[in-house]
Amino acid sequence: MLEIVGKTNIDFMGKRHVAFGVSGLLVLLGLIALVQIGTGAANLGIDFAGGTAVQLKFENEIRLEQARQALGKHGLHEAELQEFTQDHKLLIRVKTEDTLEQKIAERIVEVFEQEFSHNKFVVDSSTEIGPTIGHRLQQDALLAITISLIGIILYVATRFELRFGVAAAIATFHDVLAVLGIYYLLDKEITLLVVTALLTLAGYSLTDSVVVFDRIRENLRARRRDTILKIINAGINQVLTRTLITTLTVVLVLVPLTLFGGEVLHDFSLALLLGVIVGTYSSVFVASPLLLVWPGGKGRLLSRGA
Amino acid sequence: MKKIRGRLFLVLFLSVVSFYLFLPSWHGLYDRVPESVRWLIPPRGVSLGLDLQGGIHLVLEVEEDRAVEIAVDRTAKAMQDLLTDKDIAFDKIERVGSLQVQLDLSKDETVEETAELIRDEFPSYFQVSLEGRILVVELLDSEVDRIKNAAINQALETIRNRIDQFGVTEPLLQRQGRKELVIQLPGVKDPERAKSLIQDTALLEFKMLDEENQPELGLPVQVERREESSIREKFADKVPEGSEILFEPVSDSKDGVPVFSRPYLVRKGAVLTGDVLQDARVNYTEFSEVYVGVTFDSKGAKEFGRITSANVGKFMAIVLDGTVYSAPRINEPILGGRAQITGNFTTDEANDLAIVLRAGALPAPMKTVQDLTVGPSLGQDSIAKGLKTTLIAGIIVLIFMVIYYRMSGMIADAALVLNLLCLLGALSGLNATLTLPGIAGIILTIGMGVDSNILIFERIREELRQGRPVRLAVDAGYDKAFLTIVDSHVTTLITGLALFLFGTGPIKGFAVTLCLGIAINLFTALIGTKVVFDLINRRKLERLSI
Repeated sequence: MLEIVGKTNIDFMGKRHVAFGVSGLLVLLGLIALVQIGTGAANLGIDFAGGTAVQLKFENEIRLEQARQALGKHGLHEAELQEFTQDHKLLIRVKTEDTLEQKIAERIVEVFEQEFSHNKFVVDSSTEIGPTIGHRLQQDALLAITISLIGIILYVATRFELRFGVAAAIATFHDVLAVLGIYYLLDKEITLLVVTALLTLAGYSLTDSVVVFDRIRENLRARRRDTILKIINAGINQVLTRTLITTLTVVLVLVPLTLFGGEVLHDFSLALLLGVIVGTYSSVFVASPLLLVWPGGKGRLLSRGA
Repeated sequence: MKKIRGRLFLVLFLSVVSFYLFLPSWHGLYDRVPESVRWLIPPRGVSLGLDLQGGIHLVLEVEEDRAVEIAVDRTAKAMQDLLTDKDIAFDKIERVGSLQVQLDLSKDETVEETAELIRDEFPSYFQVSLEGRILVVELLDSEVDRIKNAAINQALETIRNRIDQFGVTEPLLQRQGRKELVIQLPGVKDPERAKSLIQDTALLEFKMLDEENQPELGLPVQVERREESSIREKFADKVPEGSEILFEPVSDSKDGVPVFSRPYLVRKGAVLTGDVLQDARVNYTEFSEVYVGVTFDSKGAKEFGRITSANVGKFMAIVLDGTVYSAPRINEPILGGRAQITGNFTTDEANDLAIVLRAGALPAPMKTVQDLTVGPSLGQDSIAKGLKTTLIAGIIVLIFMVIYYRMSGMIADAALVLNLLCLLGALSGLNATLTLPGIAGIILTIGMGVDSNILIFERIREELRQGRPVRLAVDAGYDKAFLTIVDSHVTTLITGLALFLFGTGPIKGFAVTLCLGIAINLFTALIGTKVVFDLINRRKLERLSI
C-alpha cells in the first residue's frame, strides 16, 4: 500500500489563531480588491468594464515599445498592451465608455496596417463590449453567486447545522476573496473567464469543507466523550490523506494547463491553481476552526462533550 | 449480490448509449460510417463555441428613435408630394424634433384647407398648433410604439434574410429583451465582411445632383479620403439649403481599395429608394467589370421611368448608406425597370451588395452593444493547446491513480473514462455548445470524480487497516463515503443550478457541463465502480490491491 502521509495526529486547531491571522489578511486583501472593482480602479476585463480588445498575431516579432508609439501617434494613448512573445501575439485593450461609436477595433487594425506594413498579421480576436452590457454581466454574476451561497448555507444547515452551513459558506467566500486579492496584487486582468475560475474553485472548496465536516459529524456520534477540539482535530487528520491526494491530482492537472494551455487558458488555470491551494488550506484552517468560534446550542451535534 | 448482473447491464447500456450519442460529434469516425447506415445515427452532436472554432457573437440594438424619425421624415416627404399634387404652395415642410412635422405655407387662404387635408390624409398625426401660416402636427404615441415594434421586427427579418443568403452553418439569431438582437455566426472566415453585411443599413437612394449650384460652390475634383469631414465643414455655410455634399470613393486599380474621394453636391430628397426593388443580381459588363443589376417592381419601374424621362441629360447619383456608388448621366428615359449599380467593388463586395439589396434595408441603424469576434486561427490554437494539455494532464492523473492505488486505481480510471464518455454523450445528445468555460466545468467534474474515488479508497484502506476482510471493508468503505459524496455533490450542484438559472452566456455554459457532470459522477462513483468491486469480490479475495 503506497501512502504519502500515513496516519497523522497533528494539532491543527492549536494553530487556528495563526491561521485566522493569515486568513484575515487574505480576506482583507480580497475586500480591498472588491472595493477597487466596485469603484472601477481594479484591472477589470473589458467584458465587465466595457471597451475594446483586439488580439493580433504577427508574422514576425513585434516590439511592444514600437507598437505603443504607433498607437500613441494615432491618438490611442490609453491603449494597454500585452504581448505573448512565443507566437508574436499582441493584445491591445482600450477601456472607454463610448468606444462602440468610434469603432476603435477598426482603428487599431488600421494603425497596424499603416505603421507595420512589412510585418503582416491576422486578427486573432476582437471584442467590443458596450458599458451597459458589462454592468449587466457584473450584476448577473453577483446575483448568481449570492443565490448559490444562500442555497449552500440552507442545504448544509439542513444536513448538518446552521453554523456548519455558515462556516462552509464563509470558507468558500474566503477562498474566492483570497484569489481575487492575489489577482489584484499581481495586477491580473479580471475577466469573465477568471470569474468562471472563481466559481469553479468555490465548488471545489465547498466539496473540501463538506468532506471534513462529514468526518467531524461522524466522529461526534462515535466519540461522545472527547472534546470538540479533539474531535475536530481527529476528523481533519483522518481525511488528511484524501485532502492531500485530491489536491495533488488537481494540481497535476492544473500545472501543465497553466504552463502550456495557451494564453486563453493561462489566467483561468492560474486562478484555479491558487484557488485549489487556498481551498485546501481553508477547509482545514478556516472552515473547521469556525465551528469552535461558534459553539452550537445544547442538544446540537457539537455541543456534546463541551 | 444477486443484483450484480442488473447493475452491470445498466453500466454497459449507458456506455453504449453515450457512445451512440457522442458519435456525430466525433467527425473522424462519423465520416467513416457508410452512407447506408448513417440514418441510424443522430445527425447532430456537440457544436463548438465561438471561442473554440472562431466566429462572431454580436448583440445589436435597434436605434428605434431613429426609426421613428425616419418614418416622420417619410411623412414630411409624402406631405410635400400631396400638397404639390393639390397645387397648394408651401415654403417648407420638414421634421422638427423627433415627432413633429412643420408646414410653412405660402398663402393665408390655403391654411384652413391644408389643415383639413392633412387631418384626413394622415390620421396617425394630430394637430399641435396652427399659428399664421405655420401648421405643426405630431405623431400619435400609439403610432410611435407601433413604428418602434415594427422596426425591431423588420430588422430581425431583414438580418435573417441576409444571414440565410450569406450561407453560414448553424447561425443563431434571436431577440433579447425588447430591442436587442443576438446574432451568432460560428466559423466565419472573414468576420469584418460578415459584420458589415449584417450591420449596413443598406438604404439605397437615387438622388439628383444639384447641377445649378455645384459650379459656383467650387468643390475640389478629388480629395483625400480622410479629408471628407473637413471638406464638409469647410463648405457647410455655402451649401444651399436642400442639398448636401456626398462622396464617391474611387480606386485606380482593380483591387478595389479606394484611393481618393470625389465630392458631389446632391439634392437631399431621394427621388426613389430601394424599397421598390424586386431583385438584385451580380453581373459583368463586356469589359468584365462587375456590377449589380437591379430590377424594380411595377410601381418602381413606372416611377423610375417617369423620373428619367423628366431628367434626360441630367446626372443622378446612386447612393447607398450615404455613399455615392456612381453618378451617371441620364442619356435617355429608362423604361424597362432595370438599372445598373457600378462602382469600385470586388466580386465579393458586389455579392454582398446584391444580398443586402435583395434582403431589403434595415428600418434604422443598429448600435453595437457587444461584439465578440474570434478569428479561426485563435479558435484552433485554443482547441489544440487546450485539448492537448487537458489530455496530457488527464493521462498524468490516470497514471498517478494506478501508481497509488494499483488495481483499484485502474478501476477508478475506468470509471473516469466512463464518466467522460457519459458526459460527452449527454452534451452531444442535448446538442449543447462546448465553450472554454464548458471545458472548465468538465475539468471540475473530472476532478470531483477522482476525489470521490479517493474518498472511497481511503475509507476502504482504513477498514482494511482495522483488519476487516476485503468484502466487508469494501462495503463499509462505500457505505461510509456515500453520504460524504452525496453531500459534496449536492452542494456543488446547488452552485451549478444557481449559475445556470441566473448566469449569462459563458457562465451558463460552465453551469451546464457542471450540473450534468455531477449527476453522472454520482452514478459512476457510487454504482459504476462498486459493481466492479462486487464482481471481484465474488472470488473471495484474501487481499485487495489498493
